[in-house]
Amino acid sequence: MTGAKALWATLANHGISTVFGYPGGAIMPVYDALTYYPEVRHVLARHEQGAIHAAEGWAKATGEIGVCMATSGPGATNLVTGLADAMMDSVPLLAITGNVARHLMGTDAFQEADITGITLPVTKHNYVVRDVEELPRIIAEAIRIARTGRPGPVLVDIPKDVQMAAYAGEIPTPHARPEIPAPTDESIGRALELLRTAKKPVIMAGGGSLDASAEITALARAWDIPVITTLMGLGAFPASDPLWLGMPGMHGSVAANRAISEADVLLGIGLRFDDRVTGRVNGFAPNAAIIHIELDAAEIGKIIRTHVPVRGDAKVAAARLTEGAVKGVWPEWTAQITEWKGRNETPEHWGAGYAVKAVVDRLTPDDILSSDVGQHQMLAAQLARFERPRRWLNSGGLGTMGFGFPAAIGAGMAEPGVRSVVIAGDGGFQMTAQELATLKMYDIRNVKICIINNSYLGMVRQWQEMFHGKRYSEVWLGDSNPDFLKLADAYDVPGYRASSAEELPAAIDAWLADPKSALLEVVVPHEHGVFPMVPAGAALYEMIESDPGRAVELKAQLADAPMNEVNDA
Amino acid sequence: MTDPVPYDQLLSILVRDEPRVLTRITALFGRRGYNIKSLSVGNTEHPGVSRMTIVVHGDRGVVEQAIRQLEKLHDVMKIIDHSLEKYVDRELVLVKVAITPESRVEVRQIAEDFRSRIVDVGRHALTFEVTGDEGKLTAFIEQMRPFGILETMRTGRIALTRGSNAEIASHIYHEGETQTLRPVVEGVEAREERARGVPNLF
Repeated sequence: MTGAKALWATLANHGISTVFGYPGGAIMPVYDALTYYPEVRHVLARHEQGAIHAAEGWAKATGEIGVCMATSGPGATNLVTGLADAMMDSVPLLAITGNVARHLMGTDAFQEADITGITLPVTKHNYVVRDVEELPRIIAEAIRIARTGRPGPVLVDIPKDVQMAAYAGEIPTPHARPEIPAPTDESIGRALELLRTAKKPVIMAGGGSLDASAEITALARAWDIPVITTLMGLGAFPASDPLWLGMPGMHGSVAANRAISEADVLLGIGLRFDDRVTGRVNGFAPNAAIIHIELDAAEIGKIIRTHVPVRGDAKVAAARLTEGAVKGVWPEWTAQITEWKGRNETPEHWGAGYAVKAVVDRLTPDDILSSDVGQHQMLAAQLARFERPRRWLNSGGLGTMGFGFPAAIGAGMAEPGVRSVVIAGDGGFQMTAQELATLKMYDIRNVKICIINNSYLGMVRQWQEMFHGKRYSEVWLGDSNPDFLKLADAYDVPGYRASSAEELPAAIDAWLADPKSALLEVVVPHEHGVFPMVPAGAALYEMIESDPGRAVELKAQLADAPMNEVNDA
Repeated sequence: MTDPVPYDQLLSILVRDEPRVLTRITALFGRRGYNIKSLSVGNTEHPGVSRMTIVVHGDRGVVEQAIRQLEKLHDVMKIIDHSLEKYVDRELVLVKVAITPESRVEVRQIAEDFRSRIVDVGRHALTFEVTGDEGKLTAFIEQMRPFGILETMRTGRIALTRGSNAEIASHIYHEGETQTLRPVVEGVEAREERARGVPNLF
């Protein structure tokens, strides 16, 4: 057996059924050995970035590890964006790269790149396999590291001669999943004590709470505490529940941001207080004592001062806090929240928001919705109603344009019986549009692409409008955009188009009813902003709720804000 | 409570002796903006395990955050935060001092007072080896400065806890994977035990 065969055998032993990748010179022995392992399906993407985002989509939808593969040098460096994305969003991922033979490493050989050096800050751990005897053990260990504790990406770099070397050892079986540490009695006790004294409590659930969704739902209902779900936590609490307040932060709901600003106890579960969530840190939850349930000790107290740290499994913590529940009696708080919730506006006029709402309203709770990055992402996050976790895929931490479409392919392949819908912008879609070929090649039938086409890099345009005196610099795409329907047609993907509110319902129906994967282009007015909005550098209570006319006034307020905070769209 | 005053913190980190481990550690400090004042690395009594002594300059919050980020690294096996227990620390410095026929005797006398050794004798310079804690080394250099210091090289601080290992309350990571670590691990609290015992700093 060669090292390459041992690699596939180890992956198969670990139940890896699908690998997304792209072959090349330094990984050819692995692709050669693939022909002996029909139990593992290899999906050929059209770009390594497409492969790794598809693996992320797979992982985000299923909660299981995603696997991708690339050759050395340019193949490996094309994975870097996806690794950074997976690192930020805690996605369990195994990336396997080929490298030049050991005797060529360090000589600047053809297609050589120091990929472990390059990916050091964007992986949970990485390896160079220098001895074939180590290869299967390292793969097994990499898989364990990727999905243990706070999940993340692990890269294994395998020199070509190691792939070809003879391996006579055993093929490892999966490591037992280590138990997630349970929170201490003391921390739970302090959290209960604080909750019992609360008058205006609120729960905030993040991406780390998705697998504790049932427990968090029970907890909130037992205490009668309203729940905010972050961009990464959408679906952790059912949107149909009256206790749900929406998303916090820069484009969060009025109810969520007001509740955070007024709360006296904030129970954060599985989140890391990203700056897009907190706004100005010293203005975040200014009146609240903070309980932070988190597995990763480094996140506790990193950004926000925590009064009661609860380190450990969110499932266990939520269940134990439910045991000690006292039904909340806070009629004023409830009334206040109901009033704020009533202020949530649904888009009435034709535009990107209207289009996104029309699409997300047609989704069922089982459908997977992925988004790319930009205005449509924020609109989808504001308007979609998720009833359960792992139905919402997007690039939260890194904000990777080009993520949405390949991620939808990965999720669609993981759950072939489920509709995998992607909402993208005209800008982001073109960053990975070549993956239309993957749809065609594997005859994938459940991926539905919706392009919200405003001919602009809309989010950057919005910031230029508000903070740069409407100097629209290099954000106009209209003159050079392709005919998206013709582009889809070139890959045998059926296309539909709507350019007005009147055309939209029929177009959506036809697009969703199409038995194949299909593309819908919605042409919307060029200029449309996403509101509510908390400008960078402002506190959540300084939110602009709906009136863009306030931008001028706001600009004056922000005159003192450092430019880097205002500029980082 | 967080102590906002920055000061020097001594950390000992036991790491897997693998390629790039030094890069991983220093890259973490660099990326997060923690200030390394000194760094010494060497082998330990256990094959496959290296030991780093890092002096971090920062307030208690910075140090605690640095420890928590370090403990997530797969290569890191154990972190000893020397502020939590008694320790001995040493540093070695080589100092080359310019001498003249007039100053020679005085320079040698000062060196003797510091119990330093002469490691090289030249016509116009003497090179001294001094070991001790940071204060002693700094005092030595200050004493020699008027004569003309030609070159110095300090090794960075190294530290060991006092007493037997059984008394060390330290973080242990990734237990059970590496057999070589067994003796290090023995008699020391497990990671979770330690995590529970961490004073609430928030």
